[in-house]
Amino acid sequence: MNITELTVHELQEKLENKEITLTEITKAYIDRINSKENDVQAFVTTLTDEALKKAEEIQNKKENEEITGEFAGIPIGIKDNICTKGVKTTCSSKMLENFVAPYNATVIEKLNEQNIINLGKLNMDEFAMGGSTEYSYFKKTRNPWNLNKVPGGSSGGSAAAVAANMVPWALGSDTGGSIRQPSSFCGVVGLKPTYGLVSRYGLVAFASSLDQIGPITKDVRDSSILLNLIVGHDEKDTTSVEMQKKDYTKALKNDVNGLKIGVPKEFFGEGINEEVKEALKKAIEKYKELGAKIEEFSLDISKYSLAAYYIIACAEASSNLGRFDGIRYGYRAKEYKNLKELYKKSRSEGFGEEVKRRIILGTYVLSSGYYDAYYKKAQKVRTLVMKEFNKGFEKYDVILTPTSPTVAFDIGSKTNNPLEMYLADICTVSVNVAGLPGISIPVGVDKQGMPIGMQLIGNKFQEETILNAAYTLEQQIKFRENYKPSF
Amino acid sequence: MSRNDYEVIIGLEVHVELSTKTKIFCSCPTEFGGEPNTHTCPICMAMPGTLPVLNEKVVEYAVKAGLATNCEVSRDSKNDRKNYFYPDTPRAYQISQYDKPLCENGYIEIETNGDKKKIGITRIHIEDDAGKLNHDDFGGESLVDLNRAGVPLIEIVSEPDLRNAEEVEKYMRKLKSILEYIEVSDCKMQEGSFRGDINVSVHKPGEPYGTRTEMKNMNSFRSIARAIEYEVERQIDILEEGRKVEQESLRWDDVSGKTFSMRDKEDAEDYRYFPEPDLVAIKLSEEYIQNIKNTLPELPESRKERYLKQYELSEKDANIITSSKYLSDLFESAIKECDNPKAVNNWIISDISRILNEKEMEAIDIPFNGEELGKLVILIDKGIISSSIGKKVLTELFEEPKNPEDIIKEKGWIQISDEGAIKEIVMKILDSNPQSIADFKAGKDRALGFLVGQAMKETKGKANPKMLNEMFLEELKK
Repeated sequence: MNITELTVHELQEKLENKEITLTEITKAYIDRINSKENDVQAFVTTLTDEALKKAEEIQNKKENEEITGEFAGIPIGIKDNICTKGVKTTCSSKMLENFVAPYNATVIEKLNEQNIINLGKLNMDEFAMGGSTEYSYFKKTRNPWNLNKVPGGSSGGSAAAVAANMVPWALGSDTGGSIRQPSSFCGVVGLKPTYGLVSRYGLVAFASSLDQIGPITKDVRDSSILLNLIVGHDEKDTTSVEMQKKDYTKALKNDVNGLKIGVPKEFFGEGINEEVKEALKKAIEKYKELGAKIEEFSLDISKYSLAAYYIIACAEASSNLGRFDGIRYGYRAKEYKNLKELYKKSRSEGFGEEVKRRIILGTYVLSSGYYDAYYKKAQKVRTLVMKEFNKGFEKYDVILTPTSPTVAFDIGSKTNNPLEMYLADICTVSVNVAGLPGISIPVGVDKQGMPIGMQLIGNKFQEETILNAAYTLEQQIKFRENYKPSF
Repeated sequence: MSRNDYEVIIGLEVHVELSTKTKIFCSCPTEFGGEPNTHTCPICMAMPGTLPVLNEKVVEYAVKAGLATNCEVSRDSKNDRKNYFYPDTPRAYQISQYDKPLCENGYIEIETNGDKKKIGITRIHIEDDAGKLNHDDFGGESLVDLNRAGVPLIEIVSEPDLRNAEEVEKYMRKLKSILEYIEVSDCKMQEGSFRGDINVSVHKPGEPYGTRTEMKNMNSFRSIARAIEYEVERQIDILEEGRKVEQESLRWDDVSGKTFSMRDKEDAEDYRYFPEPDLVAIKLSEEYIQNIKNTLPELPESRKERYLKQYELSEKDANIITSSKYLSDLFESAIKECDNPKAVNNWIISDISRILNEKEMEAIDIPFNGEELGKLVILIDKGIISSSIGKKVLTELFEEPKNPEDIIKEKGWIQISDEGAIKEIVMKILDSNPQSIADFKAGKDRALGFLVGQAMKETKGKANPKMLNEMFLEELKK
């Protein structure tokens, strides 16, 4: 038995049958990190010693039945833009290289209550801006399926660590595809919940009206389990929604008979790689075999949502990142003559190129005289995108698209062309623009053996529908059993 | 051309700190002062990842202010971000309201030359206050204190309906008293909880309005009057010289009595307002607004009318007392105790007002309550102390407020009204002042006053002056 290849629900079974101990689990992951981190470069901060101590503690308490939490003692990896008290939260930026938050994000509090063990903080594109994790100030994370390829981004560290069995599961954040796209590139399952389902308190904001925290896992069941642990209204986040407590694992019925799936033809047109299309067609055929009703329809929004997305996201980011001014925390330039220079130098030196590009873009679109032409128009587009999706959901339970136009690309192949990098988000951003839930699951590999992801989009707060649809297909494809990373 | 050939146009933006217990977006205390950065938390220090949560009391207080100033209250309002870099603003944006303020289109009335004049209120919106920079001698550095960051403010924007410094003062005083009455702010000007930005322009009648300048953060009536006078003169001088007034923000310097430009012109700020995505829209129901309307207390105008009728105060006195909620409350609780409105009125108008002036205190700082003031009036009415002792008791009340009965007991100030004791004093004074007796008998009435004075001196003011008077007369006529 190789512990690190197991899903969390499999680990849980073995724990219950007393086949393994928590200490063994954490030790196995620490060994795996120690042997693979050099190749994958997924972690910004590892907490292996602390994690082992905690695992031993929890193991003892568990034996004396002094501890709560069905998944107590299971380790996790956390994207490095989610605040963890006493542990660095860097956002993979020089700006926050030594920043230690004085508080825990609400999701971390929830995991702590369940005695989930933090194994470390995972690499990302700086401030979650990017789709390849190449914009991290610290390191370039590599795709475990091919170390010359990017893991996707911005939650590239999270997806790569799960794919490389260095953590059993992880938390990521998704503003325009940052959970789903790297999950697709790394052959794992990534869920972006409905906007408002998970508290954003303690998630370092990139674009407040688009950001959501979500699970990156080995399979759909684990995704449901981790979602169970992090959802819920938070009085610290007024955009989080009051909802009745659900058990998302109960939605996994392995049955899609009669499920209405809409396939928007615009998501299968130009720019989408042929092998990706092929893999999705096979998936669609499977769904048909399983009794789902598939229909092609028109959802002509993607190029408008991409434009609206970059305007809104950059506008909000330009404001959200204003607080990194070198005054209270974070990087401050060594020499400055006056206040203005302190600001200019600290921000010029502390932020990377992509972050600065987006701050400048966002500042521009909010400037007086340009506001109406850009930001206001983008908000109108946003309303239209929501309406178009609503129309779709009048007819269909689920909308099926590729997660990304391509499989993982070579490291360094797009960093010189930001626009091309932005285009890679074309299948995912509209989901954030409309605030909907979306899940990416692996449905196959291309000729080079790189994973291909499929995205299922649900109506607001219909996570159960897409989880069940994803789960049912997963049971057929058995991706995890049939395909494995090269090492 | 002279200054009289110009018309002056003034509009005000008054910033008022609301007296909610906690800050607008977190649960830190709003209390003034405190060691630097002790009334702070990750939220008001703008730590990464923190989010604001709108304090419902702030909305309630702002709606109250709107209703008390005849505004329409918006059922659908929202917060917006106003972006700018300054160390006192840790988020690098203020959370304010841009195009959908909570309250709009109100007015209040002031009296000028006996006439009533309506001053329009354009809007009232909610926002958070900034922290403070302490530019002390810390090796030439500035230190940031964020205790005030996040204290809730309302900004009350007037129409450009004001024409001179006197109207501005009347408008501000009226606004201040309304806000005190509805108990949404303590309006302490010297602590900055009631402060105004004053927009001034001048033009010749018949011509379009001139370019305005804005004097920021004015927090004393005296400097406001001086600043307006100065700025009007400055603008007229500029125009008379054929130059143009620049639209800019000015800082009033009380010491030199001049205004100074605050920013470089090239630094014209673009605040890049946009809707605050971290907060949901503010939706108010009819019921909510009606409930607040129902709890509005009696406002100064109607209290004044009542005082004129019920207590027959003079218009002037009623104005002074009702101009401050604290004075007015003091008045009402004192007459509840002593049932002598005239006397209480006199104490407030003369001695209490004088002491406030001398001590540079505001009515809210009066340390004693109406019950104590009422008891003081009763002591005089009953002849237990004289009114001159009463003044001493008042001074004591300002020093250390307690029951006036205890004060006069402790100090031994109880009036001597015992006939035997008075007689003894009278005889003693007469014995040692034969000349005065002779004077009186020679028709010099003033001698009686002198003798009474001597007796008061002898008894340290405690003898009953009426009895002294009568008994001296009786003895002198013998």
